[in-house]
Amino acid sequence: MNSIILRTAARYLIPLLFLFSIFVLFRGHNLPGGGFSGGLLAATGFALYIFATDAREAKKALQIDPHLLMGAGLLVAMGSGLPGLIQGRPFLSSIWGHIGSEVVGTPVLFDIGVYLVVLGSSLTIMLNLGEE
Amino acid sequence: MAGGSSHGSSWRGWAISLIPLGFLIWFLALLPGALRGEIWSLSVPWIPQLGVFFSLRADGLALLFAILISGIGMLIFGYGGHYLAGHRYFVRCYVYLVAFMISMLGLVLAGDLITMFVFWELTSITSYLLIGLDHEREAARKAALQALLVTGGGGLALMVGFLMLGRVGGSFDLVTLAPLGDVVLADPLYLPILLLILAGAFTKSAQFPFHFWLPNAMEAPTPISAYLHSATMVKAGVYLLARLTSVLSGSVEWTVLLTSFGAVTMLLGAVMAFLVSDLKKILAYSTISALGTMVLLLGPGTPAAVNAAIVFLLAHALYKAALFMIAGIIDHQTGTRDVTILSGLRRAMPVTAAVAAVAAISLAGFGPVLSFIAKEMLLETVLAAGNASILVPVAIISAAILTATACILAIRPFYGLRCVTPIAPTEASPGFLAGPVVLASIGLLFGIVPQFAGTILIAPAVAAIMPQSEALHLALWHGLNVPLLLSVVSVTLGVVLFVTWERFSTFRTRLPQAARFGPAALWDNTVEATVSFAGWQSRILQNGYLRIYLLMILMATLLFVGFSFLDGLPLVSIADLNDVRLHEVVVAAVILVATLFVIRTDSRLGAVAGLGVVGYSVAFMYTVFSAPDLAMTQFAIETLTVVLFVLVLYHLPRFSALSPARTRLRDALVAIAVGAMMTMLVLGVTATNAGGRATSFYAERSVIEAHGRNVVNVILVDFRGLDTLGEITVLAIAGLGVYGLLKLRVERSGS
Repeated sequence: MNSIILRTAARYLIPLLFLFSIFVLFRGHNLPGGGFSGGLLAATGFALYIFATDAREAKKALQIDPHLLMGAGLLVAMGSGLPGLIQGRPFLSSIWGHIGSEVVGTPVLFDIGVYLVVLGSSLTIMLNLGEE
Repeated sequence: MAGGSSHGSSWRGWAISLIPLGFLIWFLALLPGALRGEIWSLSVPWIPQLGVFFSLRADGLALLFAILISGIGMLIFGYGGHYLAGHRYFVRCYVYLVAFMISMLGLVLAGDLITMFVFWELTSITSYLLIGLDHEREAARKAALQALLVTGGGGLALMVGFLMLGRVGGSFDLVTLAPLGDVVLADPLYLPILLLILAGAFTKSAQFPFHFWLPNAMEAPTPISAYLHSATMVKAGVYLLARLTSVLSGSVEWTVLLTSFGAVTMLLGAVMAFLVSDLKKILAYSTISALGTMVLLLGPGTPAAVNAAIVFLLAHALYKAALFMIAGIIDHQTGTRDVTILSGLRRAMPVTAAVAAVAAISLAGFGPVLSFIAKEMLLETVLAAGNASILVPVAIISAAILTATACILAIRPFYGLRCVTPIAPTEASPGFLAGPVVLASIGLLFGIVPQFAGTILIAPAVAAIMPQSEALHLALWHGLNVPLLLSVVSVTLGVVLFVTWERFSTFRTRLPQAARFGPAALWDNTVEATVSFAGWQSRILQNGYLRIYLLMILMATLLFVGFSFLDGLPLVSIADLNDVRLHEVVVAAVILVATLFVIRTDSRLGAVAGLGVVGYSVAFMYTVFSAPDLAMTQFAIETLTVVLFVLVLYHLPRFSALSPARTRLRDALVAIAVGAMMTMLVLGVTATNAGGRATSFYAERSVIEAHGRNVVNVILVDFRGLDTLGEITVLAIAGLGVYGLLKLRVERSGS
């Protein structure tokens, strides 16, 4: 697709969509959202860029191998289970602490892992299909 | 090549044999304690919730086996260095051998049924690897797989038997189980337990009709045959029966099954040993015969018979390993192991000939050797048995044939006219001969001073099997009695058979034809039929068409879930339908119309858009029924799906036609049935409100325990985090799968 309007718009929309997806990811703890929908949102946003330019250019713009996102996501999700294990409790037991007034725990880390895996595998599929 | 001793690598075997030597010293050090009743043991919780412990216990029986395994292992490791010098898989072979030895030691030292089972399986696996060591040869691969399938199949039965025994006895611990014989015998599960455990023991110890894998396992290099398939692993079944004697013996079933299978195996093994001409096969069949004898001797469950079994076991381990090593030496130094060819090697290989003679005297069981005492005890046992009229002739005939076989092994290769062999024969080097010399000498030593072996090895083992029995006095000379007379008869008969050996050559040539009706052929056909059935059903179920996969998945779901509706259909009252609101009806109608459009349209883009409409409408339904999380994810997924489809559409060929009418009818029927089933399922679930307790459970704990108010997300990332971890792993694998499929296609079209 070759549309100057879409291309220009995409350039400004993509950062906003990514920011929004991260907002959805962290919002998920108390309100609708979370790693799954956040990751999907980010991937959909990026689809816009693929249509505005093409898969090859989109890949370049991404600057990071989507495989890496998948692997990192799995590592982060699995790593979030280790603190519980170290404390002698079952794998993936949640550990909670305070940062200022906010309660933060390993499930947040886990959710970030989910976000990365969902984004990574969606991008892998999209970019490779688009590249064909 | 000839000589084999000049190779630089031949010493390596003896270097590695320091490992079994270390074990041997440790076990010998444990022996005095075991004689006094101080038994070394170790127990570590493994799966304590299920009562499973990793426990080891070195009582008399375990130590007898452990000493045999490490002692014979040491000699065989050293011997193998010479035999396998220059072998391309030398290192691999020793890695497997050490792994096998440790598995086997674990098996006999195990103090817990589950621990024992794990080591039992490990011996099967290492045996598979060792038989198939020369994996380039098809015969070796086939024999390895056959041995694995037979012993592995028996292992499965054994596992079920162990689990049932653990349930009946209330523990997997062997010390706890040992005095519970009366409880187990009285239990209705006794017969299934016995049959399952016997299936495991009989397959491992090559009892008829499962014996056929053992001669085939001779495809392995000779040190492996000598170690695994003669001295140690094949005795695991005998060990298990001895170990469980106090728990399972004492019933008519035990005695009848062990005695009859043992007797048949004993006779069959002896006859076959007489009829084959390959040195290793002769030894393999005589091993089968010996294993049958041991099982037979464990049948009556009397102290005298158990004593006889243990004496026989010790004697057999010593002379059979020696004979195997001699067969390997002859093979290595001459290039053949066919007894119809070999003759006159005495001058070229005098030491080998002498050692062969000593070991063969043990096989014949006549002379100042331990196995003579064992044979006397065997004859005493069968004379005292209930059905002596059958067992005595069987025992005498088997013994006679084995005497003839012993003569064949000791005389034919070494005396008579000097034969022409592929390699000019020379005497083996001292390091090569050390193993058989030591083993044959120990056999002779134990025969001359039997009370020595009796006190330090046999009595503690028998005491471990039957704590209440007193030690028997072992002696070469029992006076002029019936067993001695029978011995003389069998030896005379054996000599006659040896002299007339040539006349049986017609049987020998016809053996392959007869084998077509044996259990081995039956087994091979069964395995072949299983494989072709698997191929047939894979071709139907996994034919590469995605639509057929979908159809199969849907029909299977229909079958298994629909099955549960046989109890009755969920009822829907009309009152429930009153609060259906207008916009819900409208959305449902949109879904239906869009679906009809998808299946009727001849535009791919149109179909994709139609599917999108269906998805968005379903997502809208979620928002109506207050599931914003689900709706949000669904909206994102639908968008992404359409995007993906559009990306794929570029690459698809032009749309040609819809499926034929009959296919569409079939698909419609399945689709309607699945739809109806899902509707019923949802109605059923809401009618019973099964989720009520789970809902309130999560709702109550979400904020308190997980500090989150979004219950759906808290379940995903916290309460059921492990499930989610599994799901995202699958997602990542799916992504990689798509990547692989696409890249593979590019490469193929590129080349």
